[in-house]
Amino acid sequence: MQSCSLKTRKAIDQSVKVIASLSAVIGLITIVWILLTVTGRGIGALNLKFFTEVPTPPGIPGGGLVNAIVGTVIMTIIAAVISLPIGLLAGTYLAEIGKGTRFAEVVRFVTNILIGVPSIIVGIFIYALLVVPMRGFSGYAGAVALAVIMLPIVVRTTEDMLNLVPDSLRESALALGASRWQVTLNVVFRSAKRGLLTGVLLAVARVSGETAPLLFTALNSAYWFSSLKEPLANLTVTIFNYAMSPYQDWQQKAWGASLLITVGVLFLTITARLIMKRQGKQL
Amino acid sequence: MPAVWAVWDVWDENSPDRIIKPVAGDRVFRWITAVCAAAIPVLMAGLVCVMVFNSHLALKKFGLGFLTSTAWNPIAQEYGALSSIFGTGVSTLIAMLIAMPMGLAVALFLVEWAPPKVEAFFGTAIELLAAVPSIIYGMWGLFVFAPFMADHVQPLLGRYLGFLPLFKGPPMGIGMLTTGIILALMILPFISSVSRDVFKMVPSVLKESAYGLGATNWEVTKGVILPYALHGIIGAGFLGLGRALGETMAVTFVIGNSHRLSASLFETGNSIASTLANEFTEASEPLYLHALVALGLVLFLITVTSQIAAQLWLRHIIKKAGGK
Repeated sequence: MQSCSLKTRKAIDQSVKVIASLSAVIGLITIVWILLTVTGRGIGALNLKFFTEVPTPPGIPGGGLVNAIVGTVIMTIIAAVISLPIGLLAGTYLAEIGKGTRFAEVVRFVTNILIGVPSIIVGIFIYALLVVPMRGFSGYAGAVALAVIMLPIVVRTTEDMLNLVPDSLRESALALGASRWQVTLNVVFRSAKRGLLTGVLLAVARVSGETAPLLFTALNSAYWFSSLKEPLANLTVTIFNYAMSPYQDWQQKAWGASLLITVGVLFLTITARLIMKRQGKQL
Repeated sequence: MPAVWAVWDVWDENSPDRIIKPVAGDRVFRWITAVCAAAIPVLMAGLVCVMVFNSHLALKKFGLGFLTSTAWNPIAQEYGALSSIFGTGVSTLIAMLIAMPMGLAVALFLVEWAPPKVEAFFGTAIELLAAVPSIIYGMWGLFVFAPFMADHVQPLLGRYLGFLPLFKGPPMGIGMLTTGIILALMILPFISSVSRDVFKMVPSVLKESAYGLGATNWEVTKGVILPYALHGIIGAGFLGLGRALGETMAVTFVIGNSHRLSASLFETGNSIASTLANEFTEASEPLYLHALVALGLVLFLITVTSQIAAQLWLRHIIKKAGGK
């Protein structure tokens, strides 16, 4: 270390501390700024009509976004129904059954890469796979796109959570004469219950705020939900379309929808964290 | 393999150590889970095939010239990816230049200097940044942050650093610089939380020895913590990089969406993801659509390459650390 006076060394030390604290404060300011903005601009749009009526034609004030709320919920549920069973079982394979095999290694590698694939690419993939052959944007396509994004996340968290279960539990159950599938379902899953729930909630939170994969799959719609084979209204694409529109009323609705989606996603995320924390205390 | 693990070999029917006969239920269970696991590589392979198949018109017509052409003219049927690739590159570079040092600083603050309660509070707040959906960053960026940049930050940069080509032009708010800063804020929590975990793994005996020699906090950081955590920090960087490259909605809101190359960071531009988000549903001609999918393929290849590099890097560290 070069020799400089104690005074300089202390001064450098202090300034680094100031920079580091400042960085943390900037992070804090950003999240507070975003939350205040979304709340301040969005709260005015949230009234009874917002939750009970469908949109009015452009330029005519009034109406609500109940169709988009329902659409987002429907697509998220379908995506979860598709990806949760497959993801949980695949994660079980990685953590329990195929552990250490070459095949599991490959699956794990591809899962991690798939998590990093931008969601808009998934949108293009589903567009080419479902929208083109079905000759139209549809709620199905949107749900499948969300499922594709959700699947690798569920696989990875499942594997991580099952790996936290101590081997002694598995061994005790096996020693009592249980077969492997019984051990997995009755012992391992049961003790990893909270962790798995956390993973599921985080995955749902992640996809329910997604916009990019829905742009060319579910598209959007101004009408009440009729069929999953039709374009399906959803909150996030509505925000995108309304924010870019020249109508004051639509922009305000976009803020209302932003507030709703932010509160929803943060609620799921925080709930998941609390569940995990309690799990940590229990162990 | 230690003896205790022999029990696990019920799955490996050919293992000489097998001591339990696999029951039918186990066989069925193994097959079901293996098929579900196989779904992931199949999905990935399908994704690649579908994208290549749906971009072949553009790939055949433009070849490698697609990557180096700045043309983007749907009427003349001329397409080139350069301006989009440039925009993705520049915005990601700005984001990384800001978020890397900032993320490390935040992690240092949390691990080394903040009291536990402060650490928990700031840690949670910053990690919530990662949970906010990207469209919300877009809304905030376009309607709140871009005007803030135009009114306060850009005039200042223009006045003092305006002699550089980077900061020339009218302060419009939207553009490359604003996009880069918003991306930086979006990837900050990823970099800081991984770095935080890595910093926590530095053995305290190493730090204490350095303190014992009379080193200051910063000297311990520079001489002990950072070198020790370097591998993990690079891993954190890759994670942030992957996020920034593929980010779509926030970028689409604030980048300005114009197909051009400009040296000034105040100017508007586009990124691969923003071009896709804006133009995909308008593409009526087959060649237009194929050019857009080809653009998607370029983005896919960039992100996958960085992901693979990250994975191999992580494996390298684990091996080096003699871990499992």
